[in-house]
Amino acid sequence: MFDATSHPARPALEGATFDGLVRVEAAGLTGMITLRGDVDAIGMPVADVTGLDVPDTLGITGDGVRALAWMSPDEMMLFCDYAEAEELAASLAGSLEGEHALVVNVSDARAAFRLSGPEHRLREVLAKLTPADVRPEALPPGMIRRSRLAQVAGAFWLDDAGDLRVICFRSVADYVWALLTGAARPGSEVDHFRDVRM
Amino acid sequence: MSKRLSTGGRLIDRDTSLRFTFNGTHLRGHQGDTLASALMANGRTLMGRSFKYHRPRGVVTSGAEEPNALFGLGKGDRFEPNQRATTAELFDGATTETQNHWPSLETDVGAVNASLSRFLPAGFYYKTFLWPRSFWKHVYEPFIRRSAGLGKAPDKDARDPDDYEHFHIHTDVLIVGGGVAGLAAAKSASATGAEVLLVEQTSHWGGRAPVDGAEIDGMPADAWIEKTVAELEAMENVRLRTRVMGSGIYDHGYALAYERIADHAPEGGRPRHRLWRIRARRIVTATGAIERPIAFAGNDLPGIMLASAVRDYVVNHAVAPGDRTVVVCNNDDAYRTALVLDDAGLKVAAVVDARPQGGGTLARTVKDRGIRVLQGKAIAKAKGTKTGVTAVGICEFTGTGDVTETIACDCVAMSGGWSPVVHLWSHAGGKLTWDETEAQFRPDPDRAPRNEDGEAMVHAVGAANGHFGTAEGLADAWDAGARAGGGTASGAAPAAAARDEAAMMPVWLMPANAKIGLRRKAWLDFQNDVKVSDVALAAQEGFTSVEHTKRYTTLGMATDQGKLSNINGLAILAQALDQEIPAVGTTTFRPPYTPISLAAIAGEARGDLFQPVRRTPMHQWHEDNGAVFEPVGHWRRPYCFRRDGERTEEAVRREIDRTRHGLGMLDASTLGKIIVKGPDAGRFVDMLYTNMMSSLKVGACRYGLMCSENGFLMDDGVVARLSDDTFLCHTTTGGAERIHAHMEEWLQTEWWDWQVWTANVTEQWAQVAVVGPHARKVLEKLGGIDVSKEALPFMRWTEGTLAGLPARIFRISFSGELSFEVGVPANRGRALWDALLEAGEEFGITPYGTEALHVMRAEKGFIMIGDETDGTVIPQDLGLHWAISKKKEDYIGKRAQARSHMADPDRWQLVGLETTDGSVLDDGAYAIADGTNANGQRNTQGRVTSTYHSPTLGRGIAMGLVLHGTDRMGEEIDFTAEGGATRRARIVSPVFYDPEGERQNV
Amino acid sequence: MLILTCPYCGTAADETELHPGGEAHVVRAGPEADEDTFEAYLFQRANPRGVHFERWRHSHGCGKWFHAARDTLTMQVHGTYPAQVTEPPQDILDAIEEARAR
Repeated sequence: MFDATSHPARPALEGATFDGLVRVEAAGLTGMITLRGDVDAIGMPVADVTGLDVPDTLGITGDGVRALAWMSPDEMMLFCDYAEAEELAASLAGSLEGEHALVVNVSDARAAFRLSGPEHRLREVLAKLTPADVRPEALPPGMIRRSRLAQVAGAFWLDDAGDLRVICFRSVADYVWALLTGAARPGSEVDHFRDVRM
Repeated sequence: MSKRLSTGGRLIDRDTSLRFTFNGTHLRGHQGDTLASALMANGRTLMGRSFKYHRPRGVVTSGAEEPNALFGLGKGDRFEPNQRATTAELFDGATTETQNHWPSLETDVGAVNASLSRFLPAGFYYKTFLWPRSFWKHVYEPFIRRSAGLGKAPDKDARDPDDYEHFHIHTDVLIVGGGVAGLAAAKSASATGAEVLLVEQTSHWGGRAPVDGAEIDGMPADAWIEKTVAELEAMENVRLRTRVMGSGIYDHGYALAYERIADHAPEGGRPRHRLWRIRARRIVTATGAIERPIAFAGNDLPGIMLASAVRDYVVNHAVAPGDRTVVVCNNDDAYRTALVLDDAGLKVAAVVDARPQGGGTLARTVKDRGIRVLQGKAIAKAKGTKTGVTAVGICEFTGTGDVTETIACDCVAMSGGWSPVVHLWSHAGGKLTWDETEAQFRPDPDRAPRNEDGEAMVHAVGAANGHFGTAEGLADAWDAGARAGGGTASGAAPAAAARDEAAMMPVWLMPANAKIGLRRKAWLDFQNDVKVSDVALAAQEGFTSVEHTKRYTTLGMATDQGKLSNINGLAILAQALDQEIPAVGTTTFRPPYTPISLAAIAGEARGDLFQPVRRTPMHQWHEDNGAVFEPVGHWRRPYCFRRDGERTEEAVRREIDRTRHGLGMLDASTLGKIIVKGPDAGRFVDMLYTNMMSSLKVGACRYGLMCSENGFLMDDGVVARLSDDTFLCHTTTGGAERIHAHMEEWLQTEWWDWQVWTANVTEQWAQVAVVGPHARKVLEKLGGIDVSKEALPFMRWTEGTLAGLPARIFRISFSGELSFEVGVPANRGRALWDALLEAGEEFGITPYGTEALHVMRAEKGFIMIGDETDGTVIPQDLGLHWAISKKKEDYIGKRAQARSHMADPDRWQLVGLETTDGSVLDDGAYAIADGTNANGQRNTQGRVTSTYHSPTLGRGIAMGLVLHGTDRMGEEIDFTAEGGATRRARIVSPVFYDPEGERQNV
Repeated sequence: MLILTCPYCGTAADETELHPGGEAHVVRAGPEADEDTFEAYLFQRANPRGVHFERWRHSHGCGKWFHAARDTLTMQVHGTYPAQVTEPPQDILDAIEEARAR
C-alpha cells in the first residue's frame, strides 16, 4: 500500500553537480514564501517573525539560514528551510491578520542553484545569460537582481559565503541547469571580469 | 608573379610552416599569414569568379572590405562559404576552396556571360526574364538559380559541431578599432577613470600606422603600439580584445561585437564565436578608412589591387603581389606604396598620377629614387589574361582614352583616395557631411547619434572621422577619448609629424571622359559586377534615388555594403544626374559591419536549448512510459501514452474507453493557478470574468469566461473561493502568465486604489485529474479526505491530507465523468501520481493525454480556448450567454460586446456537426454556401473549429461556427474536404454525450 | 534597443527585460460610453514624431508598470514615472521643455 512517508518531497533536480569554470549545484529543497503587502504595513511583523532586517530596494538580508529578499515595492520573498516553510507561512499569515497582505508558501514552485568558485568566474557565467549589469559595483553582495536567464525569468544574488545563488521556476529547472553548466563549460573562459582575490 | 620575399614580414613567423589545401592542392604558409597572403606567397593570384559574369578575379584588398577573394573554408560539418581570404587567418590543416565557378576555377563555362556582358546590363534580371511566362519554370529559374548566389550552402545533413555563446557586458566607454587612434582614445578615456573596452577586429594592434611608416612620440609606430598596449593592459579599468569586430551600434548605447575565438584554431574545445552584447555609456569609433579603387577599363583583372593592400602584403607578410607594379593614383598616400615596393627591391614601372600638378613631398622622394612619375595621366585600360594583368595603356587623364603608351606590369596598385568607415556612426542615426577637400563623407559632429540622456553617444575619431594625418588623428582621438570618458584630456596627445601631403583630386572615372567602350569595362563593384555604364544606364532609365539605383544595379549589395564601391558609385550617379554628390547622398548603412555567423546570433539557443521546455513534476514518468508529447505553450504535455505496438490513434481510443468505463488520470499540473486576495477581490474578479464571481460561496467552484477589452474571449477556467477575501483562478495551460499579467496590468494601471494582491502559484501545485466511474473509489482507497457525494458535491472543493500528502481536491469535470482534480505541492506530484497508479491498479487506472482530454470534452460540447476561439470570437458566438452576467454594470469587454458588429445576428454561431456518413470532418473545413465572392471563391457560411472521431459514439463529431446555426438544427450542409471533395454534415446540438449530465453527478 | 530606468526599483532595465504597453494616459471608456468615445478608447492611439508618453512593464524585474516620456525621433528619454497617475507629472513636462529649449 502507498506510504507517503516513503515518498518524500523531491525537487526538480536532485543532487546534480557540475564542475567547470565554476561548480554548479542544484540546491535541492528550499523553502520560499511570497509576501505581498505594503512594506509599511508588513515590514515590522515580518521582521518580528523571521528575525531578519527588512531589505531595502533590491536588497536581500539574511542570517545564514533564512534570507529576506526585496522583489518589488509590495513583495518580498522569504527563503528558509523547506521543512519549516508551511508553519512559517502560517505564522506570518497569523501575524499579518487584519493587514491587507498575502502570504503564500511557494517552496515547490521554483528551483534553486548554487554556484561556487572565483567571483570573477561567477560573474562571467551570469554575463553569458543575462542582460543585467553584473559588474561588482552593479551587483554587490546583499543585492538581488531579477532578470532574464537566456529565455526565462530568473533571480540571482551573491550570498554571504560568496556563492552565487540562482532561482528560476521549477518547470524550467532542466533548461536553466543546461544554461548554467553550458556557460561554465571549460574552454569558454572570457576573462573579462578582474580576478580580485589577493 | 606574386611570391614570398626573402626578408621582412612583420606579422609572419618564418620559423613555422603551416600546411593547407587550396582546391585540393597542398600548399604551405606561415603563422601570421592570412589565406590571401599565403596564396599569393604561393604564386596564386586567381582567387575566384565574379558573381554575374564569372570573370576571373584576384584579391583586391587586405581587409574586411574584400569583394572578390571569397572562399569556402573547412569541410564536412565545419564547411562555411563566402569567407574572405583577407581576414581568414591561416592555420595548420586548413581546407580552402574557391567558389562561383564550374567546372573549375581556371575553366569556367559560366564565363561565356562575359562576352555577352553588354547584353546583361543594369536591371537585366528585371528586363530579361519577363516573358514568355512559360519559360520561368524550365528555363529562367534554373538558369538564375545556377548562376546566382555566391558560395554554396553547407550540406543539408551537416550539423555544426561547435559551441557559440553570448556575453552581455556594461561599460562606460566602448572603443571600436585598435589602430593608433583607438589606442590613443583608450589611453585618454581610461585616464578619466572610466571603464573602457577596446575591441579590434584583426589579431594585431596598431592598424595601418606601422605599414605607413608613422613615428609616434619619437619612436617607430610598432614600438609605440607595443608600449601603449602594455600600459593599457596594466590598467584596472581597461579591457582589450583582439579578433572582436564592432558589428553594429543601436539605440541607447547598445552595441554588438563579434568575437572569432576559434576560427583560426578549430577543435580546441573553445566556443567558435562569441557575440558581445554591450551597453556603453559612450562609444568611440576608431574604425579607420577604406581606400577607394579607381574605375578604369579592365580594372577587375587579377593583380590590380588597392595601393594600401599592396604595401600591406609587402610589409606585413613579405609577399610581393607582383614583380613589376604600376601605381595609379590621385593622391600622395599612394606614393608610399611605390616607396615600400622600392625598399623591397621590387620594380615600380611607373606612378601614374591623375593630378596635372602631381604630388608633394612623398612624390618628390619617389622621383628622387629614379622612379618614373607621370602627371596628369591615366590608365585608359588594363590588358591581361585570366591569371592577371599584363600591361596598362596610358592616356591623358582629361581625354577619352586614346592610348599613348603601353607599360608592361603584372601588378597595378590603385588609389582613388580614402573613405572614412562611417558605418557604425551611421547605424544609430549619426549623419554625415560632405568634405570637398578629401572628397569624402565624414561624420558630422553636430548630428551625432544621441543617447537616452540627449547627449552625443558616438564619437568618431582618427581616419574614421576624416583625419588622415597621424598627428591629426591622434590629437582627435586623444580629445574625444577623454570626452567619452566624461572628462577632459589631461596631458598632450601622442605626438607625430604633421601631415605633409599635397591635395588629392577627385577621380571617379579614368580617364575623365572615357568613351563608352571603356566605361563598359570599368568596374565600380567587383563582387556584383556593376560597371560605370550600369549606373549611368540606371540614371538614364529614371532611377534617380541612390537607394533605387543600388537595388536596380545591385551596386554595394551582398557583403560589400558600401565599403569599397559606395563613393565611386555615388559619384558616377551624381555625374549622370548632373547633381552634386552630397545632393545624391549615401545609401543606408546597416549592421552588421561585416557578415557574422547565424550561430553567433543564436548563441546557446540551439539543439535542446533552442527554446525552454517546461516540464511538470511527472514529466519523467511520462517520458518513461511511452508519452507522445505535444507542445502547449512552452510545456510539453503527453498527447497520449502508447503501449507496445500501439498506434497513436489506438492509444487515444483506449485511453478514452478506459476513462469512460473505468478510471483515467491526467496530468493537469500545467493549468494556470492564480490567487486573488484582498478586500476588493470580489469586485475585481467580477470585472475579470463575464459572469458573477463575487457571489461564489466559500468552498464552491464556478466556471468563468474572461474577455479582453475588445470583447473577445481570451481565457476560461474554474474559480474556487478559498475564503471570504481569497479566490483561486484556474486558467488554461497557455494562459497562466498572460492572465496573471493581465490582472496585474488592470490592478496597477486602472484600479490602483483597489485592495487586491495576486500571486501566480501555477508551479507550486502538481495537479492530477482523476476521472471515471471509479474515481471516487480510488480516492477513498487512498484515504484521508471525505470525497462522498454529500461531503464533496459537484463544483465544490475541499482540502486535507490524501494518502499522507497535503492536498486540495476540486470536484470539477471537463470530461462529463465523475471527476476530481487533486492538487498537491509540486515536489509531491510524482508521489501522488505513483500513489494513484498503485491504488488504481485494481480499477485498471489509465493515464491519458491531451487528445483523449480533447475528444472527451468535445463529446460533451465543452469549448476549448484556441480551438473554438481564435481572438475574433465572443462568448455570445459560442452560446455561452448563461455565463455572461446581465446584472453586472461592467466587466472587461462588456462595452465592446454591445458594438453593432458584435451584436449582429449574422455572426456565426457554435453548433455541433454530425457527418451523415459517420466520417470525420477536416480540421478547419469551411461550410460552403451558394455562389462566389468578388474574388471568384466559393462563398462560405461557417467553419469547423474542433473535429474528432468519437470512440464513445463510434462516429465523427465536430463543432463549428455556422451562420444562424442555432436556428438551423437538423439542416444538412456541405463542408470542404481535402482534394476538392465535400463532406455533408447535419447541424445538431454540440452536446453529443450525456446531455443531462448524469454521469458526473454521481 | 532601449534602456529605461524603472521608477520603482531604480534598475536601468534592458528592453528585453521590459514589456511594452503602448500609449499612456488612455482613459478607460466603460459600458456607458457612446460609440465614438468607445471607438477612440479602443482603437485611436497617438503616434507622434517626437515625445511619446508610453507604458512599459518591468516584466523581467519588479513586475511594475511605469510610464516613459520618450522621443520617438531622437530616442531621448525625458524621464520615467509611476503608472498611477492620469497625466504626466510636472517634472517630466519641465524636462521636456528644457530639452526643447536647448
